[in-house]
Amino acid sequence: MSGVLPRLFETPLADLEPAIELRGVTKSFTTPSGSTYTALKDLDLRVAPGEFCAIVGPTGCGKSTTLTLVSGLEQPTTGTVEVHGEVVTEITPGVGFMFQTDAILPWKTVLDNVALGPRFRGTARSIAETAAKDWLRRVGLSGFEDRFPHQLSGGMRKRVALAQSLINEPAILLMDEPFSALDVQTRAIMSNELLQLWDLTRPAVIFVTHDLEEAIALADKVVVMTAGPGGTVKDTFEIDLPRPRVVQEIRFEPRFVDLYQQIWEALRSEVDIAYSQTTVAKERVA
Amino acid sequence: MTMTIEKPVVSDDQAQSDTVQAHKSRMRRRRLVVHLAQLAVLVILLGGWQLFVGSDQTKIILYGVPSGIVGQLVTWVIDGTSIGPLWNQIFVTLEEALIGFFIGTTLGIVCGIALGRIRFLAEVFGPFIKVLNSIPRIVLGSVFVLAFGLGIESKILLVIVLVFFGVFFNAFQGVREVDRNFVANATILGASRWAVTRQVVLPSAFTWIIASLHVSFGFALIGAIVGEFLGGEQGLGQLIKQAQGTFNANGVWAAMVIMAIVALIAEYLIGKLEHRLLRWRPPQLSGPDL
Ligand SMILES: Nc1ncnc2c1ncn2[C@@H]1O[C@H](COP(=O)(O)OP(=O)(O)OP(=O)(O)O)[C@@H](O)[C@H]1O
Ligand SMILES: [Mg+2]
Repeated sequence: MSGVLPRLFETPLADLEPAIELRGVTKSFTTPSGSTYTALKDLDLRVAPGEFCAIVGPTGCGKSTTLTLVSGLEQPTTGTVEVHGEVVTEITPGVGFMFQTDAILPWKTVLDNVALGPRFRGTARSIAETAAKDWLRRVGLSGFEDRFPHQLSGGMRKRVALAQSLINEPAILLMDEPFSALDVQTRAIMSNELLQLWDLTRPAVIFVTHDLEEAIALADKVVVMTAGPGGTVKDTFEIDLPRPRVVQEIRFEPRFVDLYQQIWEALRSEVDIAYSQTTVAKERVA
Repeated sequence: MTMTIEKPVVSDDQAQSDTVQAHKSRMRRRRLVVHLAQLAVLVILLGGWQLFVGSDQTKIILYGVPSGIVGQLVTWVIDGTSIGPLWNQIFVTLEEALIGFFIGTTLGIVCGIALGRIRFLAEVFGPFIKVLNSIPRIVLGSVFVLAFGLGIESKILLVIVLVFFGVFFNAFQGVREVDRNFVANATILGASRWAVTRQVVLPSAFTWIIASLHVSFGFALIGAIVGEFLGGEQGLGQLIKQAQGTFNANGVWAAMVIMAIVALIAEYLIGKLEHRLLRWRPPQLSGPDL
C-alpha cells in the first residue's frame, strides 16, 4: 500500500479526477452456514479516465467481487466506491461488464443480443440493429447475425459479449477474465482487437486476469492483490511500455521481461499462500 | 481491424456423403424394426384380450372386447350416442378442457412469475398456496357443480384449479432458477425491472413452464371428464357414465380410446409449440425419447 500513492502521483493520468475510486472498501458475505466471510479488506484502488488497469491475484482473492462493487451490482460493507466522483449506490450508469462466465442471452440471436443495450435504453429497433451490425462487423462477426449463441464457438461468444458491452460506449469497462476460456492463439488475437477497440472510445478499463503476460501486454497499470480472505492491493506497477502494442511481440522486449520478473515476485508469494490454503482446507475435509 | 472468420464450407467429399448415406439407411432399418416390434406388442395384447373374452357374454359385460369397442365406435360415429351426436360430446369436453387449460395456464404463469419476482407477494401468498395445493382438488368438482350447476362453467373451473398449480409451481421455480449472470448482464446493459422480467426471466422460465404443459393438458382432460362425471348433461364424461350405468364396458373403453386420440393430438401440438419457443436451445443430447 505504501508504495502505491507516490507512484500514482508520478504519472500524468493520476492528476485527473479518477474515473473509479475505491477507498477503504471491505466486503463481507454471509456464508450458507451463517458465518461471515470477508472477501475484501481495506481495498484502495484508483483508475484514471482512459486508463487500462489490470488486476492479477490468486484465485478467490476477490477480483470478481471488486468488479461487482464498481458496477453497482453489490454494495461494499464498509468504505466507498466512487465512479466519476459519484458514490455508487445502484447500477453505475455508463458501465460495461464482461462477465467471467458467458452471460449473453441464449434465447436471443447474435444481432438481438448486441442490440440489447440500445433497445433497453429506448432506441428504436431499426437504429439499434444498424448499430449492432456495425459493432458485429468491428468484432469480426458479420454474417453471424442470425445465429443463436449455442451455434457459436467460445471465442465467437466472447466477441458477441464484447460487442454487447461496447455498443453502449461505456466510460468504464469491467472485464472479468474475458479470454480465459480461449486457446492461446485466439486469446492473443482477441487481446490485440481489444486494444484497438479500446482505442476507439478510450474507456477506463479494469481487466481481471490470471495471466500475467496478458496483464502486462494490455495494461497501463497492473495491480497485484493479496490472497483471500481479506484480499487487498499488495502492490501497483506502472507499465511504461509504448503504445500501440502488438501483444504477440511485446513479450520479447527486455523491459517486458523486467516488469514480468518484478510483478511475478510480488504475485508468487500470494499464489503460494492461496494454494496452501486450499490444500490445507482440502486435507481438513478429507 | 484485420479479422476474418471463415464461413463454414459444406464439404461435398464423396466418401463423407457415402458414410452419411450408410448411416441413414441404418437408421431407417432400425426404425422399421422398432415399428414392427410395436405392432407385434399391440397384436399380442389385443389378440390376447379378444381370445380371453371370446364370446362369453358375462366377460364381455365385465371387461369389454376389442371387436366390440370398434363396433361401439362405429355405431357412435354413424348413429350418434344416447346423449346426442358423438362430435358434440367431443366438442363439449374439448371446449371445457381447452378454455380451462388456457385460463389456468395463463393464471399459473402470471402468478408464478409475479410471486417469483416479487418477494413480498411470495411471502404473503406462499402459505395460502401451500394450503390450497395440499387439499385434494378433485373434490372441488362437487363444490363447483353444486355452486355453478351442470353447465360448462363448473367444469371449466375444475380444470382451471387442476391446471393452475402445476404451471404455477413450475413458473415459480423457473424464475428462481434463472441464471443470475443473465439478470446482472441485462441490468448492466440498462434493462428496467420489467424488461428483465420479460426478456430474461420469462424466456428462461419457459423451459420449466413448457415441461409442465404436457402434464397440465392431461389434467385438463381429467378435470373436464371428472366434472362431467360429477354432474353434467353432455360430454365424454357423461358418455362414460351412461355406458357404465348400462353395463356397457365396450362403451367405456371406446370413450377412452377417443380421449387417448385427443390427448395424443394435443401432445403433438404442445410438442410443436415447445420446439418453436425453445428453438434457441442446443439440440438435446441423443437418447431414447418418449
Ligand atoms: N455471494 C457470495 N457469498 C459468499 N461468498 C462469496 C460470494 N461471492 C464471492 N464469495 C467469496 O468471496 C471470495 C472472493 O470471490 P471472487 O469471486 O471475487 O474471487 P476471484 O478473485 O474472482 O476468484 P477467481 O480468480 O477464481 O475468479 C471467494 O472466496 C468466494 O468464495
Ligand atoms: Mg473471479
